[in-house]
Amino acid sequence: MIRLCDLKISYRIGSRVINAVDGVTLTIPDGSIVGIAGESGCGKSTLMKAIYGDIQAPMHLSGGTIEYGLKGADGRPVTPATIRREWFKSISYVPQSSMNSLNPVIRIRDQFIDFPGTDSNKKRVLERARDYIGRLGLPPEALDSYPHQLSGGMRQRVMIGLATFFQPELIIADEPTTALDVVVQKEILMLLMDLQEQMGNTILVVSHDMGVHYQVTHKMLIMYAGRVVEFGDTESVFADPQHAYTRMLIDSLPTIGDDSMRGAVASAAGAGGDRAYRVEAELIEVKPGHFVARPAARDGAPA
Amino acid sequence: MGVLTYVAKRLGLYFAVLFIGLTITFLLPRLMPINPVDGYIGQLQGRANGMLSVEAIAELRANLEELYGLKGDLFSQYVNYLRRVILHFDFGPSFTYFPQQVSVMILNALPWTLGLLLTATMIAWLLGNMVGLVAGYFHKHKAASVLEFVGILLYPIPYYILAVTLLLLLAYVFPVFPLSPTFPVGQMTPEKIGMIFYNSLLPGLTLVLAGFGWNILSMKALAVATTEEPYVTYARLKGASNWTRMTRYVFRNALLPQVTALALSLGMVFNGALLTEMIFSYPGIGLIMRTAATGGDYNVLYGAITLSIIAVATAGLVIDLIYPLLDPRIRHK
Amino acid sequence: MIVDTKDADPVTMVVPPAPKARASLLWLVNPRLAVGLTILGVMGLGSVVLPLFAPADPSVQASYMRNLPMSQAHWLGTNALGQDIFWFLVFAIRNSLTLGVVVAIGVTIIATIVGLSAGYIGGRFERAVMLVVDTFITIPLLPILIILGALIRGNTSFLTVGFIIIVFGWAWDARTVRSMALSLREREFINMARFSGANTLQILVREVFPYVMAYTLVGFINTILFAINLEATLAVIGLSKVEVPTLGSIIFWALNYNALFTGHHVWLVAPIVATVTLFLGLFLTSTGFNQAFASKRGVA
Repeated sequence: MIRLCDLKISYRIGSRVINAVDGVTLTIPDGSIVGIAGESGCGKSTLMKAIYGDIQAPMHLSGGTIEYGLKGADGRPVTPATIRREWFKSISYVPQSSMNSLNPVIRIRDQFIDFPGTDSNKKRVLERARDYIGRLGLPPEALDSYPHQLSGGMRQRVMIGLATFFQPELIIADEPTTALDVVVQKEILMLLMDLQEQMGNTILVVSHDMGVHYQVTHKMLIMYAGRVVEFGDTESVFADPQHAYTRMLIDSLPTIGDDSMRGAVASAAGAGGDRAYRVEAELIEVKPGHFVARPAARDGAPA
Repeated sequence: MGVLTYVAKRLGLYFAVLFIGLTITFLLPRLMPINPVDGYIGQLQGRANGMLSVEAIAELRANLEELYGLKGDLFSQYVNYLRRVILHFDFGPSFTYFPQQVSVMILNALPWTLGLLLTATMIAWLLGNMVGLVAGYFHKHKAASVLEFVGILLYPIPYYILAVTLLLLLAYVFPVFPLSPTFPVGQMTPEKIGMIFYNSLLPGLTLVLAGFGWNILSMKALAVATTEEPYVTYARLKGASNWTRMTRYVFRNALLPQVTALALSLGMVFNGALLTEMIFSYPGIGLIMRTAATGGDYNVLYGAITLSIIAVATAGLVIDLIYPLLDPRIRHK
Repeated sequence: MIVDTKDADPVTMVVPPAPKARASLLWLVNPRLAVGLTILGVMGLGSVVLPLFAPADPSVQASYMRNLPMSQAHWLGTNALGQDIFWFLVFAIRNSLTLGVVVAIGVTIIATIVGLSAGYIGGRFERAVMLVVDTFITIPLLPILIILGALIRGNTSFLTVGFIIIVFGWAWDARTVRSMALSLREREFINMARFSGANTLQILVREVFPYVMAYTLVGFINTILFAINLEATLAVIGLSKVEVPTLGSIIFWALNYNALFTGHHVWLVAPIVATVTLFLGLFLTSTGFNQAFASKRGVA
């Protein structure tokens, strides 16, 4: 169970400080697929980076805490400072499907064993990997291939394979199906769901595509301007959205958001954006398990 | 399939280049306003103080034209030339060292040039790339800027300036090396080999320094760009160590354009080597060319330039053939 | 050589991280460019203006007493041929720079025409052209120059050397221009501009030209460097018209008269310093422009 307590992540640009994540308090339950939605610049990527533990200048954790509920190899609880050691052991990451995240000049099987998460006995790891990728719908030769010899969908299966191989407790998937064609999208999503059911771990799926969320997730998190707008069971959120922004997102299926703004710092939603959607940091439970935030006081100044 | 096509294309290009190069070398003297035969005869006449009879001159001219391959019309000259060079590697006799065959002279000098050139280039390339890699991978550190600065300082300095400066510094101001190096020939004894090695250090150092700067700069730029690639970021998020990322990820990929760049720069590297030989009186092709140039020994010059073209083209071919070994995207599919 | 990478020239690849955003024309200015242009400005201006004040033709030998040390009358002393070193150097810089610029103009024109046409027309034409280009790149220029120098033996006018450099030196730049043309062909922004209704002229001026200008300018300066270098190389080994003052010929004479052995270092050191400074200026200007254009494009 991951507990975020008034988490604030800030960027320092020149003399300005921008709160990409501006006071998020949340409990992410174990064993579920949680979807995180919101337009570009709402802070979801930053939040994921913070949870993963990939915080480096100019980004820094300016307030609040993250409790992972995990114990590290030394028996002590994992903190944001020590989460790095758990990379691809108890926590892993599936990158955007449009990125070439595999080293083009090295065979895929070698990329299964070139990081510390693996067993020190590389041969054993490779054997297990060969058995494993069959379950992902990949042919056994895939391991011996080079990345450019596989299709986009197959590559993404490899990424999922890499992320799930060591049975982590938490997987963060950042836009795992963007840039894949619709049929392949569906396959990848089904795969993710199957694996989650088998392993019982937690998957955080970031996507601006509400359709993806609807198909795959158990719980939904809607973010805007660095804060959580709504959080609850997916069914509940889709059936009875409590916040205007959520309603807008659902109404504008299948995709929303301006892709050209992808990667832009919070400035888009944080420093401007439609003030009608700004909220306070606190969440109120309006229905069992279904939380929503109050609209921000007066001229949109965050509390 | 991909590899075979690649190799075939590359070989095709190689032979085309050789052919065109040979043709240019053939045409060169024939396009010049000065007929080398006349020049030579003029020289001889000067030395003989007008004591040559007209028949003697005519006979001499005929012989020279034969030797130069200047008899007959242009086309038959061309065919003869090609036949001689390609089949027998025969460039005729040298004039200054008559009747020593040019090809013999060249083949004697070639190992010297190759030895110096290959060693120095390899060292410069390896060192420069390693330094550039580190500077690029850690480009946020101050030290990286220092390294880049070294590259910037070295790169624009032309070969001859480097050579002369090194001569100044290391043979004159601090007499570590001899001002006029000597290179013993004939039977090799350990002593002689030692002497050769010692005297080769200065020209070698010149070549290394000259290539070093360029390699640092280009590798650093490549490394910086490659480090930003998604697959390097992903490797970091997997927890891969800095060493793994730097070598298996950044270097292996940044290497590819560097290899291509090396192939393209071979002409310039060769120029530099020739020049360095001339300045240091190193007994390679460069020195032969220089003596031949001042002495008007044209056969030697044509032989040397043909060889230069062959050498550079072949080196380029070898490098281009090695490239698929490094880039699986060419090798498979 | 078939595998096409964007550019092998480190000068166009040395793109350091962009400095903080600047306003209006200041984007052009950065420390490198400033230093480079200053050096070039000083040397260029000096080499054009100063000769007007020269007391005599510095290439005439025995104008003065030989081997005089540095003094008020002779700022760098005189050499073993009785020439004033300082004035010889000034004229040398002027000649070398002139040669460099002339060659650069010639090379840029040829390379641009060849490269652009090859890149845009494509197909068989491109392949044939690139074959020629690759051949010229492979042929090492120095041996050719040596032969020509030997054949013509100092009867060359100084600019004939320049002409020959143009004839053999355009290949490298042509390759660069062609890569540029290829990537331009695929660039989204050209199509976008066309679709958005801009006419050809507008596209050329507002989109194509700034992009091309960067490379052309950088390539131009590099060619100056290359040409001066090549001519000096030829002069150093004594195969051009060495009576004409150029940076290379000074070194030639100094080496010939064993300036090192006889202790007349100034003769040798002065041209070295001048050459290195000039090249540094050219190089800094070139990378300075490159950096400025790159940060303007937002690439760095």
